[in-house]
Amino acid sequence: MSGSAVRSLVSALLLMVLLAAAGCAGGKKEPETLTVFAAASLTESFGTLGKAFEKSHPGVTVKFNFGGSSTLAQQIVQGAPADVFAAASPATMKQSGAPSPRIFARNRLEIAVPKGNPAHVAALKDLANPAVKVALCAEQVPCGAAAVKALAAGGVTVKPVTQEQDVKAALSKVRLGEVDAALVYRTDVKAAAGAVEGIEFPEADKAINDYPIAAVPKTAHLVLAREFIDLVLSDQGRRVLTDAGFTAV
Amino acid sequence: MRGAAPWGLAVPAVAGMAFLVLPLVGLAVRAPWTTLPARLTEPRVLEALRLSLITATTATVVCLALGVPLAWLLARARFRGRGLVRALVTVPLVLPPVVGGVALLLVFGRNGLIGRWFSGAFTLPFTTAGVVMAEAFVAMPFLVISVEGTLRAADPRYEEAAATLGASRWTVFRRVTLPLVAPGVVAGAVLCWARALGEFGATITFAGNLPGTTQTMPLAVYLALETDPEAAIVLSLVLLAVCVAVLAVLRDRWIKA
Repeated sequence: MSGSAVRSLVSALLLMVLLAAAGCAGGKKEPETLTVFAAASLTESFGTLGKAFEKSHPGVTVKFNFGGSSTLAQQIVQGAPADVFAAASPATMKQSGAPSPRIFARNRLEIAVPKGNPAHVAALKDLANPAVKVALCAEQVPCGAAAVKALAAGGVTVKPVTQEQDVKAALSKVRLGEVDAALVYRTDVKAAAGAVEGIEFPEADKAINDYPIAAVPKTAHLVLAREFIDLVLSDQGRRVLTDAGFTAV
Repeated sequence: MRGAAPWGLAVPAVAGMAFLVLPLVGLAVRAPWTTLPARLTEPRVLEALRLSLITATTATVVCLALGVPLAWLLARARFRGRGLVRALVTVPLVLPPVVGGVALLLVFGRNGLIGRWFSGAFTLPFTTAGVVMAEAFVAMPFLVISVEGTLRAADPRYEEAAATLGASRWTVFRRVTLPLVAPGVVAGAVLCWARALGEFGATITFAGNLPGTTQTMPLAVYLALETDPEAAIVLSLVLLAVCVAVLAVLRDRWIKA
């Protein structure tokens, strides 16, 4: 190909790109994506809220990244493209560096037992029985820290057979019947939809988990991020969260 | 072949090496060198390291005891469905380890297909034996493939000669075949051990995580990352150093390239 042919090809391409860009600008609002990083326990409720947000904001897509709160916080610190962060604990929110978070929900622990409750667990102190196999979350993750607090409040010493890496892993050990009981969140029992039974216990009052939400400092969609947070804090948001087993704030 | 490597090979080779080595450099750069000695002597680090070495080595022994005969069967015996058996044996290679852990629970858990018959006597999940099982499940295909490949490449005439001289099949295997394929067995065992040492998904799913009983180094690394990334880096460096040291010694001593 000769030099002039290449040049005309390049200018033709450039023209096309310019026309395409002009077409976009001339049309309706550019499509936008709001990226929300949220704790794994929010999977169901935030999924519902995300759909509601897309409906009230035509052209906006809400993308979620659900995971362990501290993993998400580290990803945000390393520059992951998040606009909103909803964490399962104030400590992990602090880790992410997002300013002025607001508490939007609370979660409490329940004892999850397999269907039929084979080990006849009725109260927190039953978990101290060495014949009862118990799974707890590892102390490093929020549900484990909450379990330590609740057990201390009840003066109960438990020797777990395993310290699971997250709350869903602890729950799955109950689902499979490999342990007789686990301390998990009420929302997890609810999400398991009848596959496990939940037992409330009064010591859980001493280990309530606060869920903070905040816009990430470097977000390019600050207005949208604030609107999403408003939705979570609205009556509609509270309803969805309560349905999932949270205590709305 | 002598002389400089052609550019078409040298450039991607160097890029490939950089890709594999740079993340390790990153670990070393970010390691908290000043507090390293204190962190290394923490009991939970030594506990996890001890457990990792014991379970990976036991798993390798289990894999040798079961995997070498299996490889022999695949390479030497003739039976229907051999291709299918070979494919099934290598499934753990592609199976996500977490799924492997769930599968082990479904069979050997206390409500599992086999586990329920023994649930009165003993249980495997949440025990050190469970860690060994999870590691062996994931690592055995490496050994089987390596040994089977060596067996296929070995000259069968030595075995035939021994047989014509009146040796039984068992004697032939023990006195002729095994010495013949020893390098392949050692290479396979090394691969198997390295895979078992790094095993995470199947272990945490099947054996759970309890310091001193089932918390191996990779599990300790994962949980340390939740709250203390520096501790996770230290643990990773320890695992890395042990692995490189063992492999370097073995390579010099056993595996002549």
